[in-house]
Amino acid sequence: MPRRIKPLDVYRLLPKLNCGKCGEPTCMVFATKLIERQTTLDKCRPLFEDPRFRENLRKLMELLRPPVKEVTIGVEPNAVKVGGKDVVYRHEWTWRNPTAIALDVHDGMGDEEVERRIKFVNEWFYERIEKRLGIDLLAVRCVSGSAERFVKFVEKVCKLTSKPLIVCTLDPATLEEVLKRIGSRRPLIYAATERNWREFADLAVKWSCPLVVSAPNDLSKLKSLVVSIVKNFGYEELVLDPGTLVSNGGFLDTISNFTALRYSAIEFGEREVGFPLMAIPATVWIFESGGTEELEFREAIIACSLVARYADILVMHSLSPWVYMAVLCLRDCLYTDPRVPPSVKPGLYEVGKPTPESPLVVTCNYALTVSLVRGDLEKSGIDAWLLVIDTEGTSVASAVAGKRFTADKIAEAVKELKLEEKVKHRSLVIPGYAAKIAGELEDLLPGWRVFVGPRESSDLPKFIREIWSKEVLGKA
Amino acid sequence: MSQERRVREERREAEARKVVADLLKLLSTADRLEFEDVVIDARELTIEFIPPSAPTGPTYLKLTVEPVGVPQPPGGKLEFILEVTPTGFRLLTPPVPGAVPITVPPIAAVPKLVEFIKVEYKYPSLEFKGSIAEVKIGATKAEGGTRSTVIKIGGDNKPPIFRFLGYVVNRPKVALDVFDTTIPLPRAVRDAYGDVLSNPYEWAKKCINVVKADLISFHLVSTDPGIKDVSPQEAAKEVEQMLQTIDIPFIVGGCGNPVKDLETFAKVAEVAANERLVLASVTFGMNIPKYVEVVKKFNHVALALIFMDVTQAKAICRRLMDLGLSKDRIILDPTTAALGYGTEYSFSAAERIRLAALRGDEDLQVPMSCAATNAWAAREAWMKLDAWGPREWRGPLWEAVTAMTMLLAGADLFMMMHPLAASIVKSVTEFMEKQTVRDVIEKEVSEYYSWVTKRY
Repeated sequence: MPRRIKPLDVYRLLPKLNCGKCGEPTCMVFATKLIERQTTLDKCRPLFEDPRFRENLRKLMELLRPPVKEVTIGVEPNAVKVGGKDVVYRHEWTWRNPTAIALDVHDGMGDEEVERRIKFVNEWFYERIEKRLGIDLLAVRCVSGSAERFVKFVEKVCKLTSKPLIVCTLDPATLEEVLKRIGSRRPLIYAATERNWREFADLAVKWSCPLVVSAPNDLSKLKSLVVSIVKNFGYEELVLDPGTLVSNGGFLDTISNFTALRYSAIEFGEREVGFPLMAIPATVWIFESGGTEELEFREAIIACSLVARYADILVMHSLSPWVYMAVLCLRDCLYTDPRVPPSVKPGLYEVGKPTPESPLVVTCNYALTVSLVRGDLEKSGIDAWLLVIDTEGTSVASAVAGKRFTADKIAEAVKELKLEEKVKHRSLVIPGYAAKIAGELEDLLPGWRVFVGPRESSDLPKFIREIWSKEVLGKA
Repeated sequence: MSQERRVREERREAEARKVVADLLKLLSTADRLEFEDVVIDARELTIEFIPPSAPTGPTYLKLTVEPVGVPQPPGGKLEFILEVTPTGFRLLTPPVPGAVPITVPPIAAVPKLVEFIKVEYKYPSLEFKGSIAEVKIGATKAEGGTRSTVIKIGGDNKPPIFRFLGYVVNRPKVALDVFDTTIPLPRAVRDAYGDVLSNPYEWAKKCINVVKADLISFHLVSTDPGIKDVSPQEAAKEVEQMLQTIDIPFIVGGCGNPVKDLETFAKVAEVAANERLVLASVTFGMNIPKYVEVVKKFNHVALALIFMDVTQAKAICRRLMDLGLSKDRIILDPTTAALGYGTEYSFSAAERIRLAALRGDEDLQVPMSCAATNAWAAREAWMKLDAWGPREWRGPLWEAVTAMTMLLAGADLFMMMHPLAASIVKSVTEFMEKQTVRDVIEKEVSEYYSWVTKRY
């Protein structure tokens, strides 16, 4: 089981001044928040300023270090944090620092393609529960083999985006030239291999940039490289690339390797592999054949599987929204707090300014569904009453199947909230996915008409205008 | 910055590096320091030497600089802590509060001898004391049925794709959904199957011949009292016809009404006696003893549907077992939500159920099923929207990702719909049983870095 620290262990080492400089009323509250990862140690000024606490500071940093190190790529305000994982399984505790997603560009690409990709990274997003999810990083590859050309290219990319970079080259001289120009942006360096690790580690230390250590499909070699760098250079800003293989068998070996490394780091406390993991689904484009969509499809499957299996960074090549929608959607789901269902408080909500003549729409209390239904009605200018039923934060389709969205519950809510006083027409619209409960609901609510609405809330405005209005109000 | 100036600066940096290296050597031997003849471009510089707190602990230097010639930082001073390492020193992260970002890289000394330290990585030696029951679906002639094959699921003593503990005993299987009456289906699915959708038997054949389904999941939707309310007798005839049309094992799905389903299952089970079909599904709303009686009497397999919850899962399995159904007759469906519409609950419920089973909870040691078809409830799967790209790819991807997520959590049996999604999931499962052939991945390993250097 993962190591869980107790608030008292942390409290013992804090200054115990209750000075409030950290923004918390007491050191004990601060200690609790530190454990919950809701605040950071650097907020405690006395700890850093007063030499008497120096030893305690060291101990605290050690105590609070997550078994998978947190590594920062880039500089504020655009820095991206990866790793910092405390648990193997998300049901144990929230996974922190969502998998960062990088899109690649290289110095052999035409200007137009480069600009298209950077625009995608800068501007494209997929909206989900009022959040805008997009690409986090840009992976810049050297295909020209020319340091001069690559440096120019990287400088050009830097002018076009403020997103942090992953600099991809295996040549120390090229890397050195790049770092001289943009080292202060703190890019992630890809990668130290068995051939170049000394020079790469030296440059990473010199420029204080995080470094990927890479040994495809050979975990002993990977660990050896890490140990060599940590022992010789005292440097631990590392990310591990255990190789992303994409053939059918190789892909399973990769999933297995990611799992093993995460288990070793967290359950067995093996510090040498306690670093963020990088996956490179983009290798699909080298080793698999097929049409563009086929490769994109394959890349998406590999990316999603590795999001669920501990990847902290993904490097991708696809440029289609549907690929990133799936990856970002899964990431957004898996990185939520397992203790809190994304639910809305059940009850009656107003959309716009509803009157007794406005439609009464029933839905579940899954936050995403409520936000979609509300949004679709608002967008089309329909004022409505929205009755939200407690489905324990699950969607209508799941809740109907799992008997969470039942006629009983709706009837009870209608009576409890005295909805016959709110709406004159005594009718309600239930989602299409709940069609099977319509009959039972009419039996439970004598005098009420139950309309089975569309399955999808985007069709709801049309349904209300064309069917409900006509049937209930006698006008379309 | 001019070229000349850069060269000059680099030289200065190299010199500084050497000075620092020497300084560090001194620091490591001394516990008291005095500086002489030092020139520093600063109004004020304080170096605090913080000795190691333990024999092996790190040494720190705290530098407080009041610089000249640069924009003044807030408070007039820059402050940072450097950790002394065997080869130089590095900025301590997280940075000291109040310190401004440092753009000048810290100087590192090049170590004299940089040795490659060879160590071994040992895969975690995990042991699970529990194992999942093996459930057989379908019966051959020798076993009293008429199926050409028997499908086995479960039987493992480790989570899926923990290849360092071995390969899976039985790979997960993929069942393709077939509905006995026309229901609204997404465009991508209609396009993929075409005409056969109006004929469940032709549809099933296409699933077997073209998509290479391991099983069929035959949904008797027409029995729904709210749809056609087809009688149990008629439903049983449909099942008889399916038995004659296809020779692989299958799952029979009801309409979701617990009263009607039980009536339907009773008739279906009888006409298909000893075929070891899966009767999907039993819920807490159903007369469970009656359901178990039907399953036992006619020699079939139970599928219990619960709602993303470990306690419920335990309760329903316990109930079925108490009524005399053995573990090898039970499949558990913890409910699969569409990607983005509760995936995380399905994923974690399945993961928790499987881990509890492997850690010894006897109530949960049964295979799990996943209705990945539910993915199509998500608007992202089917809605036409140019900004989201072509739905003939987007939809199947949504279904495949929903399935893959549940596969990683431990699902042993998938109910799927789109050929593309089903075949990719099936192809993944096929490799779960066997060791990767070295030759296959050799090229991937040896040419790995071409992902960096090649154009594609």
